[in-house]
Amino acid sequence: MSGDRHLRGLVRPYVVTGGRAHASRNTFDAVTVVIATREQVSGLSPEKKRLMELCRGGALSVAEIAAHLSLPISVTKVLLSDLVDSGHIATHAAVSHTARPDMKLLKDVLDGLRARL
Amino acid sequence: MASVLASDGLTSDGLAADGVYLRDTVRTAVKLLVVGPFAVGKTTFVGTLSEIRPLRTEETMTQAGALVDDLAGVDGKSTTTVALDFGRLTLSDELVLYLFGAPGQQRFTRVWKDIAYGALGALVLVDTRRLEQSFEVMGLLEELRIPYAVAVNTFDGAPAFPGDELRDALDLLPGTPLMSCDARDVTSSTQALVTLVEYLLTRNQENA
Repeated sequence: MSGDRHLRGLVRPYVVTGGRAHASRNTFDAVTVVIATREQVSGLSPEKKRLMELCRGGALSVAEIAAHLSLPISVTKVLLSDLVDSGHIATHAAVSHTARPDMKLLKDVLDGLRARL
Repeated sequence: MASVLASDGLTSDGLAADGVYLRDTVRTAVKLLVVGPFAVGKTTFVGTLSEIRPLRTEETMTQAGALVDDLAGVDGKSTTTVALDFGRLTLSDELVLYLFGAPGQQRFTRVWKDIAYGALGALVLVDTRRLEQSFEVMGLLEELRIPYAVAVNTFDGAPAFPGDELRDALDLLPGTPLMSCDARDVTSSTQALVTLVEYLLTRNQENA
């Protein structure tokens, strides 16, 4: 047994994702907002059950879900992607990735920040 | 609180009581990057402004240039972990801003691109005692075409330079905002983000 085994995570990321490194859909950004749409979690893997338990409480971004579950963002995206496919979660459209963000959005961000001063 | 957060710290009731979740009305989430060299104050900055306890995710990546099939590398030295600290500010019922503190080294480019994708812009934190350490991250932002503003984190004991000299030393474009900021102070840090977003707006108008 290698001496530094305990230094690594107990379950390697590819086990959690069933060997996949990439999500089945490319719609997730670190700040995509995720909401649970289904209560029923039977048949899901332990990791997905944990994810659903977390999301049951309310909306969270992909990055927050990753941090709370102590999983890399890339692995979290794979799990979320499956859960969208199976109808367990839904997402709010992430910010459009156009070359130029729209003025309205930037103004809203600015107003929100100024209101804190 | 302690009881519901026991075991692996995860029950949705406990987290809800901690104000972890977003408002139901939130429809749009945007992100800004807070970048700079090691120990320049990124985590402090994010922590100062975040309404939630700052969170951390770790991304494991294969080091550039490592031979994936080389069995000599199997022992684990071929991967490195990049930590990303981030925080959240709810700006209105519908809009939430995430701040991602990201390390500025070229070797983290892949993780970087992933997190930088879709970011509105970046705040580059610099320390006047080691300006040269910020060059790499500014180059990376330019490469990825992410607009940025520069904030000198005011460390006690760090030399203060006149703005012109600093602009010169950092080789900033005339339009790039340069300010000083105390990452420990809420008002100062908020002002730095205001300056950044004002710049993003102006830039957008000019390019329209």
